[in-house]
Amino acid sequence: MKKLRYERPIINKIKAGVPDKYGMQTKVKIRTEIDGVPVKEIVEKYGSPVFVISEKTIRDTYQQAYMAFQSRYPKVQFAWSYKTNYLDAVCKVYHEEGSWAEVVSGFEYEKALKNGVPGNKIIFNGPDKTDEDIKNAIENGSYIHIDHFDELYSIIRLSNNSTKKAKVAIRVNMDTGVYPKWDRFGFNYENGEAWSAINRIMISENMELVGLHTHIGTYMMTANAYAVAASKLAALADRTNKKYNHSIKYIDMGGGFASKNTLKGAYLPGKDTCPSFDDYAEAITSALINSDIEPDKLPVLFLETGRALIDDAGYLIGSVLANKRLSNARRATIIDIGVNILFTSFWYEHEVYPAQECSQQTEDTTLYGPLCMNIDVIRESIQFPLLQKGDLILIPRVGAYNMTQWMQFITYRPNVVMIDKDKNLHLIRKKEDLLVFKQQEIVPDFLSDQFDKL
Amino acid sequence: MKLKSNIAVSENGFMFDPYTGDSYNLNETAVEILKLLKSGKTNEEIIEHFKEKYDVDDATLEQNIYDFIAMLNHYDLIEKQ
Repeated sequence: MKKLRYERPIINKIKAGVPDKYGMQTKVKIRTEIDGVPVKEIVEKYGSPVFVISEKTIRDTYQQAYMAFQSRYPKVQFAWSYKTNYLDAVCKVYHEEGSWAEVVSGFEYEKALKNGVPGNKIIFNGPDKTDEDIKNAIENGSYIHIDHFDELYSIIRLSNNSTKKAKVAIRVNMDTGVYPKWDRFGFNYENGEAWSAINRIMISENMELVGLHTHIGTYMMTANAYAVAASKLAALADRTNKKYNHSIKYIDMGGGFASKNTLKGAYLPGKDTCPSFDDYAEAITSALINSDIEPDKLPVLFLETGRALIDDAGYLIGSVLANKRLSNARRATIIDIGVNILFTSFWYEHEVYPAQECSQQTEDTTLYGPLCMNIDVIRESIQFPLLQKGDLILIPRVGAYNMTQWMQFITYRPNVVMIDKDKNLHLIRKKEDLLVFKQQEIVPDFLSDQFDKL
Repeated sequence: MKLKSNIAVSENGFMFDPYTGDSYNLNETAVEILKLLKSGKTNEEIIEHFKEKYDVDDATLEQNIYDFIAMLNHYDLIEKQ
């Protein structure tokens, strides 16, 4: 006799009077494939956990964003934000699509050059640029975005020894009507510091002011803040033109567009509340076109969007390690994905899906990572179906920041694979092993062979 | 081990505890366990019954059954010895 399909027995207390703000979920969503490739097949080949990048999603999302701006403004240039995800394979897809590179350190600068990006298509942001970094950037004709006066004077000093003029922009911070106000990067608009910096650059013979830049914040939930910022930068550009008869070549609106992930504490899911690329594009391009800048002198619009371009293209597959009950009988499930590799779980309520057929019965569950640390919580509370040890799970929208901010802590960082447009799998970053760490560590001679001495 | 008397369990998995006024949802396998408990079966007999009827490995089944019984205890649905 054929045995029946088994489902774990479960008892759930009915809590009347505590309405769920999203209403009752009727069906557990299951995701068994990424771009048509079975999750099970990926794990069989590359183990668990494993990050997966969808080339198709990168290209589709990029085109969606590009078209949103290109259809509204004549000159648009994206620059890929390296810090969001600087895996070479990922960067190269963006460069193929036409993106320049936006880097914030000497390390990222080196990476961009190695990826074949010409020096004059690299934007160098960030508060930390060494003299060596600045010299390289000047020689390569990269765009240096100045963060503070110390950097400005360093560039003046270093460019004295160069035959080339430094191409610079200033980073401007300002009140855009949102809280918190980001004023730690660049020069302030309202107190006149930005205008002082522009004047200092304009009277220098060794620098050419090519652009104005701002980065108003991250995960911006309102497009209007960008309209305010674009108007203020346009006013600065116009003022520079009037005083020095000098056209600013580009205005760089930075990044900060929200992805569709849901922030912790948010009342509604991110995919319902975040502005679209069209919303951001409409706000920014309208502000520039309606500014006092003459139409034939409209600057190129640069965008350094990172999160909103890559988040949807990244997935993290993991598996269930164990189930247990907490002291209050609440279910806890331990998975092999910890906060060390899913750094964004500190601020997002990540969606988590079973990756195989499973029961439709759910329990209020806490999802813990595998680290021996109390902070290792992936979801405090999620209505989760009954999975058994070894079952696979899939976490979507993890493409931004996780593969750069991840920590090597307690366990090795896992494989990262890319699914190309033809559904082929490619390993793009190898799982670490002991050799990786041995190569970096040096044990002094007097500490060797401790156990042999005993 | 015995389920407290007066606890009502419907065929479709609705359970009511008149002592506390609490209600519970159960899935099919949980209803089956409660029926077996009510008919006086021991934990071991229940496990044996499930092994024969369902496609499940021994370790998973044993863990799941004892976890379920722990939950019945947690909700104070089992008669104290």
